[in-house]
Amino acid sequence: MKARISYIAANTFREAVRDRVLYNLIAFALLLVGAAILVGQISIDIERLVVINLGLTAVSLFGMLIAIFIGIGLVSKEIEKRTLYTMFSRPVRRWEFIVGKFFGLAGTLVVNTFLMAIGVFAALLYVSHHLQKPDAWLLVALYFIILQFLMITAIALLFSSFSSPLLSAVFAFSLFVVGSFAEDLRGFAAMTKGVTRWLATGAAYLIPNFSALNVISSVAHGEAVSGQLVFYNSAYALFYAALALCGAVLIFERRDLK
Amino acid sequence: MSAIQILGLEKTYTIGFWRKRPKRALRPLHLAVEEGEIFGFLGPNGAGKTTTLKLLMGLVSPTAGSARILGIDANDPRVKAQIGFLPEQPYFYDYLTARELLEYYGQLSGIPAKDRGGKVEAMLQRVGLPDAGDIQLRKFSKGMLQRVGIAQAILHDPKVVFLDEPMSGLDPMGRREVRDLIEQLKKEGKTVFFSTHILSDAEALCDRVAIIHLGELRSVGVVADLTSSMHGKVELIWQGAVVPASIRALGAECHLSADTMRAVLAEDKQDAAIDALRREKLRLVSITPVRATLEDYFLQNLRSENAPSEVMA
Ligand SMILES: Nc1ncnc2c1ncn2[C@@H]1O[C@H](COP(=O)(O)OP(=O)(O)OP(=O)(O)O)[C@@H](O)[C@H]1O
Ligand SMILES: [Mg+2]
Repeated sequence: MKARISYIAANTFREAVRDRVLYNLIAFALLLVGAAILVGQISIDIERLVVINLGLTAVSLFGMLIAIFIGIGLVSKEIEKRTLYTMFSRPVRRWEFIVGKFFGLAGTLVVNTFLMAIGVFAALLYVSHHLQKPDAWLLVALYFIILQFLMITAIALLFSSFSSPLLSAVFAFSLFVVGSFAEDLRGFAAMTKGVTRWLATGAAYLIPNFSALNVISSVAHGEAVSGQLVFYNSAYALFYAALALCGAVLIFERRDLK
Repeated sequence: MSAIQILGLEKTYTIGFWRKRPKRALRPLHLAVEEGEIFGFLGPNGAGKTTTLKLLMGLVSPTAGSARILGIDANDPRVKAQIGFLPEQPYFYDYLTARELLEYYGQLSGIPAKDRGGKVEAMLQRVGLPDAGDIQLRKFSKGMLQRVGIAQAILHDPKVVFLDEPMSGLDPMGRREVRDLIEQLKKEGKTVFFSTHILSDAEALCDRVAIIHLGELRSVGVVADLTSSMHGKVELIWQGAVVPASIRALGAECHLSADTMRAVLAEDKQDAAIDALRREKLRLVSITPVRATLEDYFLQNLRSENAPSEVMA
């Protein structure tokens, strides 16, 4: 079982690595980091601020795009192209396939993030000539970004398990946008009354809370991230991703392959 | 113990987006295939052959019924290690090379790492792709893909092999090779269940065949038994380019070639035809019984019904 999941994950990784889209997106992200250096040079004082803010935002945004664009096709494309016919004539259970796909894409994103993070640190080193102690918090911000990737990957897989790539992309992308304002939505929900309040609060908690996972601007200002937040965010993201994956498995188990 | 036991397997699809209506692709099917048999699953387009195979592979869930393979429920993962499947018009991850794909399927089938490389090489050889191992599958021709499909179906040495139209897309040599390969599989003691509408292939290969039409099983048996139940025909050849009117009246199909006439007519009209030739003083050259083929069987039994009008090859 574990072996099969890792084989599927490895093959998913291989598929992503052989996809040109991936390189285009990474190139764009690095270009953006480079641009941050130029923008930062307008004013000496805010160089670091701009490089960190723009750099990490680029890492997060392009990672999200990669997760959505690859994730939405992971299941539906294989159904469409009927590559699953032979897959499930092997001793592979459907849930193993979904979980393998998840880890394959998550692994791809971790490697990407690592590469892009090197770019950000290089840019930082270029503008300020040495790293400072508070720069270590960048690692926490990057960790949170990876947590977001896990969530969006699971969400993309969930949509991919029942709808077409195009619809999945629309759904996943809207959740990404809405989720970036999750804290505000919770605030709005709290202001309403009665049944509306229940519904709004429910909805606000259902959407992925990406804003809590975004500490980019505070680490850019050199602020520390509390251990408590790290713990809560980890638990939240992993729980959310696991739930979305379970949903994907439940739907996919029942599906007729066309 | 039967290699494959199909117990009332049934599938009704729902079609239509706005107005949903049922489409019965397979009526309750009962069928048993014995171990070591080559079993042909025949039927015209849309008969339900692929549907049956997809049900057996657990790719779609049955409306009712169940199936057992090697005595174990077909959906049990333990069964999957013992079977191989070639889908209709197979398609694979096109970013992989043939070797990588077989490696991957070998991993999923649980072939130990130390045996895998050797098996993959031997298999590439066996399906006639010894030089194509390093080519990405997106650059493969249809027939080459079919060969890769066969390779992945038998790579892990399965006991029961399911092939959905294994000869389609292959050139005459390829078809011959696949026929030989299926016979080899039988020699190795495997059970082969394959669907086809190429009747000559089925006649040449199968121990038994099942004929399915419009989702319904029509007959099961040895090919010779199925065809011997048909009214036989005879072929008469005589010298001279003349067809007596009395022979035409018997419903003979006549063809002239050089200066001999060839007529095919029902067996029970044979004596009347010979009498007619004698009366006309025509010299009879030969009388040969015409063996009924599966094609005749198909044409006689299935043509009258509202089948799709595809011609059987
Ligand atoms: N996913 C599906 N949804 C609705 N109807 C389907 C579906 N798949 C097959 N059918 C219908 O089920 C019937 C049987 O189809 P099936 O593919 O099993 O035929 P077949 O015997 O394999 O034909 P062929 O020789 O053309 O491959 C057909 O009438 C087809 O239209
Ligand atoms: Mg078919």
